Amino acid sequence: MQKYSLFSLIKNAFRNHKDWEVAWKNPKPKKEYDVVIIGGGGHGLATAYYLAKEHKIKNIAIIEKGWIGGGNVGRNTTIIRSNYMYDANARFNEFAMNLWRNMSQELNFNVMFSPRGIINLAHSDVQMNAFSRRGNSMRLNGIDAVLLDREEVKKLIPMADFSENVRFPIFGGLMQPSAGTARHDAVVWGYARQADSMGVDIIQHCEVNGFDIVNGKIKGIRTSKGNIKTKKVGLCVAGSTSILAEKLNMTLPIETHLLQACVSEPIKPILNYVVTFGAGHFYSSQSDKGEMVMGGDLDGYNSYAQRGNLPTLQHVLTEGLALFPFLSKLKMLRTWGGIMDMSMDGSPIIDKTHIEGLYLNCGWCYGGFKSTPASGWTFAYTIAKDAVHELNANLSLNRFSTGYLLDEKGLGTKTWIG
Amino acid sequence: MLFIKCPYCGDRSQNEFAYGGDATVKRPEINKEVSDKDWDNFVYLRKSPRGKHLEFWHHVSGCRQWFKIQRDTSTHEIFKTFKVTEEI
Repeated sequence: MQKYSLFSLIKNAFRNHKDWEVAWKNPKPKKEYDVVIIGGGGHGLATAYYLAKEHKIKNIAIIEKGWIGGGNVGRNTTIIRSNYMYDANARFNEFAMNLWRNMSQELNFNVMFSPRGIINLAHSDVQMNAFSRRGNSMRLNGIDAVLLDREEVKKLIPMADFSENVRFPIFGGLMQPSAGTARHDAVVWGYARQADSMGVDIIQHCEVNGFDIVNGKIKGIRTSKGNIKTKKVGLCVAGSTSILAEKLNMTLPIETHLLQACVSEPIKPILNYVVTFGAGHFYSSQSDKGEMVMGGDLDGYNSYAQRGNLPTLQHVLTEGLALFPFLSKLKMLRTWGGIMDMSMDGSPIIDKTHIEGLYLNCGWCYGGFKSTPASGWTFAYTIAKDAVHELNANLSLNRFSTGYLLDEKGLGTKTWIG
Repeated sequence: MLFIKCPYCGDRSQNEFAYGGDATVKRPEINKEVSDKDWDNFVYLRKSPRGKHLEFWHHVSGCRQWFKIQRDTSTHEIFKTFKVTEEI
């Protein structure tokens, strides 16, 4: 593989950039693989990368229905954080944070990781107490957390509405200074390029139509590009999980819902942090291009449409204006939607299944991007060793029936209620 | 914007309604022995189909009645709305 560096850039500039290698090939599927990963998003690509790198399994295929990076990994709002209260979630996402910090070097691809800090706003004394508790839990897990009072928040985001008569006055906030953003497309391309260079076949525009299971063991998959034999299959398809689960006669604790996001026209730098306004169902950050990146709640009904509806967007932006009145001057550049695999407790599932050789990675709700490296790392471990790692031991499929829920937000099973 | 035909009030905009989830899920019968598996099915497990989905909606900013909708989850087309006591 050609290494990306200043030297290679200069060298190729002299050749009019005609000699760059393709970043990944476009192979035809082979008859048999050691491991097949279904889903060429961030998590699937990361899984294949860590399977090849950490576990030395080279005969791997990634099967992707569309094109790599065309799903949620290209549709999210690029936030990376580990501000969780429960030990299992905090440790898992802090493990991801450590992989993020070194990702550009490791992948030889600039993922533009920008640890600019995230501020969750609080709007009452009670919420300040809850945030204080969450911050303490984070610090016990070695994660940086700072409780900010109203004046401290005002110094960081003076453009927010700090007037007295607003519906949700800002009392303060909880900040994780090490949180931030990264360029999501670069994460896809970086993992894909490295996985490809280690021999992983990335097969795009190939849909999985069925599974061959004999005596409770996986034997292969049937795809639109022919049958593929394999003893291990990793399911990494986020919002499409329930569609494949139906082909496996499995019913999962997941519902697929629609989430929208949008960006404004680019403006000069104004917002240096990721800010969440939970009481108003709104959050925002400013991209490196200057666009205000904004998001909020689910559309609120089961959907596979990847395309949102106006009332939710209107609601989110109304709340956005309540927090940041200056947004009213901006024009909208783009809006889009993605489909979320909403689990019944708000936490993901990375586990074995009752079918031998079939592994499940799903339930990311609207927070999968930040976990991409940890998800790939632990899923690769689970597939290679046929065992869960300490980090994903609590992200089990049976935690719902046994009662060991990871209900971080305490929302219950009505996943569409924000 | 979805236009939803409430069985009691007629066509109204989506803004007046709240979603209530999968309407095919049946609660285990009261006062009978319930296995953990049945309870798990009722509380957590959902088919979440792509295509026709029968679901509850609540006309929360209107007549406040609950009712059922058969809707396509990939196109958002609404085929039919029913009262809760009606079957397809």
